[in-house]
Parts: sequence; structure tokens; C-alpha cells
Amino acid sequence: MNRASSLSIWRERLFGTPFTGFLTLVLLFAIAWVAVPLIRWALIDATWVGSTRADCAPGGACWVFVRARFGQFMYGLYPVDQRWRVDLAGILFVLGGLAAVFAPHRVRLKVAVAMLVLLPPLGIWLLSGGFGLRYIETREWGGLMLTLFISIYASLIAIPLGILFALGRQSELRVIRLISIVFIEFWRGVPIIAVIFLASLLLPLILPGGIGIDRLARAVIGLGFVIAAYMAEAVRGGLQALPKGQGEAATALGLNYWKATGLVILPQALRISLPAMTNEFIALIKNTTLVLVVSILDLLGIAQASLADPNWVGMNMEAYAFSGAIYWLICFALSRWSRSLERQRRA
Amino acid sequence: MTSFLSFINDKRVRDWIYQIAAVVFLVGLTVFFVRNASENMVKAGIASGFGFLWRTSGIEVPFVLTGYTQSDNILALFWVGVANTMLVTVIAIVLATLLGFAIGIARLSSHWLISAIAGAYVEFVRNIPLLFFVLFWYFGVIAALPAPRQSISVFGVAFLNNRGLTIPLPDGMENFRIAGLVILACVLGYSAFSIWARRRQARTGQHAPTLWAGLVLLLAVPLLALTWAVLATRWDIPALRGFNYRGGFAVIPEFVALLAALVTYTAGFIAEIVRGGIQSVSHGQTEAGSALGLRPGQVLRLVTIPQALRVMTPPLTNQYLNVLKNSSFGAAIAYPDVVSLFMGSALNNTGQAIEIIAMTLAVYLVIGLAVSALMNWYNARIALVTR
Repeated sequence: MNRASSLSIWRERLFGTPFTGFLTLVLLFAIAWVAVPLIRWALIDATWVGSTRADCAPGGACWVFVRARFGQFMYGLYPVDQRWRVDLAGILFVLGGLAAVFAPHRVRLKVAVAMLVLLPPLGIWLLSGGFGLRYIETREWGGLMLTLFISIYASLIAIPLGILFALGRQSELRVIRLISIVFIEFWRGVPIIAVIFLASLLLPLILPGGIGIDRLARAVIGLGFVIAAYMAEAVRGGLQALPKGQGEAATALGLNYWKATGLVILPQALRISLPAMTNEFIALIKNTTLVLVVSILDLLGIAQASLADPNWVGMNMEAYAFSGAIYWLICFALSRWSRSLERQRRA
Repeated sequence: MTSFLSFINDKRVRDWIYQIAAVVFLVGLTVFFVRNASENMVKAGIASGFGFLWRTSGIEVPFVLTGYTQSDNILALFWVGVANTMLVTVIAIVLATLLGFAIGIARLSSHWLISAIAGAYVEFVRNIPLLFFVLFWYFGVIAALPAPRQSISVFGVAFLNNRGLTIPLPDGMENFRIAGLVILACVLGYSAFSIWARRRQARTGQHAPTLWAGLVLLLAVPLLALTWAVLATRWDIPALRGFNYRGGFAVIPEFVALLAALVTYTAGFIAEIVRGGIQSVSHGQTEAGSALGLRPGQVLRLVTIPQALRVMTPPLTNQYLNVLKNSSFGAAIAYPDVVSLFMGSALNNTGQAIEIIAMTLAVYLVIGLAVSALMNWYNARIALVTR
């Protein structure tokens, strides 16, 4: 397509008829009315360098505040000299994920299972310490690192449990089906904020006396159970999309239930449900913010807490803009990925 | 031995063994948890039972619809929370539906810029946590509003400031009741008329002016009735006295912030449902409608919308239930809903975690199940009848 024709397409789109042209002008004016002050605030009148609030010009955004608190936004109150542990854990998780995705086809499953078994305990050890590392209490964790930690570990609970209950819901065994339906519908029916309260209040109560359970672990378990119910519904979509012949063929080959499920049904069903499961993971990242109500400070919690800093009064907009942008980038990227998976499958 | 082997290899027997094992496991787990809980509660000196509901609550609530006062019992406090949850849910559903439909239809506009703006809105709100919007509206927007003395006046009767929204309150509901009866009569009259018109058209082919009847009975008369009711009622209009508004009905800022967050967030999801629903009706349907001689408006009303609604109803129901559940996000800014009043304040005062959590969850589960049942019935009614 050459330049002139693309220009004429735009002219046709925006000014095709007098009415279209009129609407375009009105809308452009409205956009400018909103965008110009916003851009002036965020970029043109903003202060980028400095060290205190006094360095910031009034009327513009004070990005100095974000720079000064960048470490907190990322790591919470995690001790500065120990932050390499968080970075290392993050790098290991990324490498492990890449290894599982790009391993040769024959060993891919083994690599993935190895990573799933090795990485989570390794991550917890790196973050919380022990065995030669300084012990760091979970109350010092925070910021983006905590958002990612909760999302990943809650989905480590949610995905296996979700698959199990999705299978249970499709089971021929009536009692198993009933148990699965009750589990799924119960957790899907209650607000997540109530579940986080519930987990933080009830878990210490129903475990044998003397077993203290970490505040953060309670929130992760609570979130894991709710998301498991949503994951189960995502997996059920994949199971239902699979032609019945697949299971029947597997049975005809002499595979028992678990082999037919593990070798024939799940590999195909999970591929179909992957976009839906990704969407549930996005929802999980967004809902992780609710740990704020039990005073665990994830990225949004840290942003909210930073508003109380007497040295940085009135930084509401900067704190919200920065944390909101990070959430948006992560969730938008994931949702684009999920959409491209969906397209690949459909094609 | 062989008979035993063939017994346990029988699929039906095995199925029963698995199911019994599952039940035994669940019952065992429950017993384990309950025993621990009762031991732990005895140790911590926590009472059990629902007797606490009749104790005086002593909890002050800033936003009450039910006439509750501090000296009422805890059960009354529970109902205050339920009422507040329902209030914000219902209003948010209505407003989010309106905004969501507008954005969803704008997304399908043939005007490129309108569609792009709607698309940008949807992508913006869907990828940001709801709690972010709640906090943003509360600490970012409402807190930045002017003080009462410089309130933003809405037509001189309602006032928005950093202490919330003050709206006029009718002195009596008598005129509104009459208007409601008039509107009800109009709706019934219109239904009867359209049924009669449809039957006559089927029988004789004669067309009756249902559109005009609809305009008069469903739009003009109700509008007139409502206008009369508004004008004939005496209103308690808020007025500035000292540092704040007196009179009228004061809506707390937490309500305004939570409502704004729920509406702006949910509208993004509803817009996608509306777009998907309308797009799901294939173009051939519209063409077939036109080929049958239907006018564009009739195609929309008789062909597109009924089919789009069938696709949209289940996900819309889900969104409405999400609004109900998400109204609990108000707990983060201390909007007195059932979670923050009952699971928060009442639980702190009494310590009876299990009873209070069960009652709170029951509110959501009961409403959710009722709505699901209603929707299943509706879905079955409008489902495509196939052979």
C-alpha cells in the first residue's frame, strides 16, 4: 500500500461524509481537551530529576517521588542488601519457564515437571532464607515482587486443584461429580475479599493447636482455592470442546481412566483451555491487590502506603499512575498473548 | 480368590469404592478441622452459637438505610450491611449496563474514531485491578473535590464535595406511589394492546399502530406522571449551613467512590459482552430479514436483538453476580457493606469468626443461587429449540 492510498483511506474513514467529519472534529476536540492537560502534567511540566519534594515544580507530575521510592515499589521493605535474592529467584523462574517451553520435544514434559518440582521450594528458600541465607520475614516482602509471588504460588495451588475438580465435574461417578460441583460453585459464589478474610481467620483455627501459619501463606492458600474453582471452569471448557471419540478411542486402546486422561484427554483439553486459563491468571494478578485488607502490601498496597509518607505529601496521582501503569502493562501483555493463542487454535 | 479378583475388578464395584473413599476422606477432613477448631476455640475462650446476634451492637454506622441505631442488636447490624451491599449493587448494575451498552455499541460504530475510543476504554479498564479504581476514586478523585463551601452544584439541588454527595429527599412518597400505579396500568394496557394487535394481525393481516401506542403508553404518559410526582412533592433540598450541607440525604463519599469504580470497571466488561452478542448474529440473518421485507428497525427488533440477547444473557448474568461480589471491595475504603460491617466490625467485637463468616458468605451464596436459578429458567425459555 503506498502512502497516498493509505492517506485517502484515513480521509475516507474520518471525513467520508459531512456528518462523519463533524463527529471526527468534535471527538478530536474532546480528546485534545482531556489529553493535552494530561500530557502536560505527565511529561512536559513534570520533574524527572531531584531528590526531595522541594525539587518538584508545582502543576506537573513529580516523578522524583517514584524514583526515590522505586526500590519500595519493586521489593517492599525487603532489606536492600538482600534484594539480589529476589532478582535471582525471578531470573531462575524465567529461565526455568523458558527451559520448559524450549526444551526438545522428547524431554519437554520431563523438564517441565522437574522445574515445577524444583523451582517453587527453591524460590521460597531464596526469598525467606534459612540454610545459610539470612532469614527475612514475610512482613518485609512487598511491592511488585509480592504481587508476582502471590500470583505464581496461588496458581501453583489453583492449577492442579482446578484440573482435578474439572475432571471431577465431568466424572461419571455421581458422588465425585457432586463434590466437585459444590466445591466449584461455592468458591465461585463468594467474594474474594471475604475468602482472604476467611483464610486469615479460619486457617489458624482449624489446624491443630500450635501450628502457626504465616499470614502471607494464608492469603496465598485462600486465593489459590478461589482461583482453583475459576480454573476448573476454564479447564472444563477445554474438556467439553474435545470430541467424545478421543476418550472412547483411548479406552478402546485399553488405557485405563488415568492413562486415557493423562495421555490423551488432558494434553489436548489443556491446550484448548490455555487462553481461558491465562485470563484467569490475569484475574488472579488483579485480585492479588485484595491482600491489602489483611495488611499485606503488594504493589498497589505499597503505592497506597506511600501516600502516608510525610516527606511526600500529595503524591496520590503519581503513585496511582505508576502502579496502575505496571498492572496495565502486565495484564495487557498477558491478554494479548492469550488472544494470539486463541487465534492460533482457531486457525 | 478368583471370585474376589473378579469382584474388585468389576467396574461398578470399583466406582463405588472410589466414591466411598472420597466421602470418607472428606468426612475425615471435616471432623479433623472441626475438632481442632473447637479445641482452639476453647483454648482461646471464644464462645460459639448464634446467641451473640441478640446482643447490643454498639457499633456506629455512618450510612444507614434501615433505621438502625447503635443500641440495636448485632442482627440489625447484619441487615444494615446487607441493605448497603444490595443498594450499591443494584445501582451499579443499572448504571454499568447503560454505560456498557453505550460503549459496546460505540465499539461497533462505523465511525472509526468512535470505535477506537470505545476500544481504548475497554482495553484500559479491563487490564487494571478493580481495587485500583476503588482507591483511585476514593483517595484520588473524591478527596481532591472541593470542600463543602465550594461544592460542585448539580442544577442547584444536589451537591458534590469531598464529604460525599448530598441529594434532595422527598417529604412523602404518596405522589410517587400514584405515579407508579399509573405507569403500571400503562404497561399492562400496552401489553394487552400489543397481544390483541398481534392476534388480529395473525388473523386478518391488518396492522395496528403499536409503535404509537408504545410511545404514548410507555414513554409519554409515564414521563408526565413522573414529572407531576416530582413537581407535586415537597422536596427537602440540601442547603449550606456552616461547614456542611444540612437537609436532603447525604450519600457518603465511600458510596460514591465504590459506585463510580464498580460502574466504570464493569462497563468495560459489559461492553465486550454486548459487542460479542451483536457480532454473533450472522450477517445472513440481517439480510434474510430485509429480504422478507422487514424495515431496518424491524430487523433490529425482531431478528438481531432477540438472537443477540440469547448469547448475551449468560455472561451478563455472570457480570451482575460479579458486581454483587465486587461490591465487597468497599471494605478496603470502609464502605459499610456486609463484609466490612459484619466480617470486620462485628467480628472484631465478638470474635465469633465461624458463625459470622458463615452468615456473610451465605448472603452471597443465597443471592447467587437465586439469580442463577432465575437465569437458568430464563435461558431455558429463550433457548433455541432444535430437533
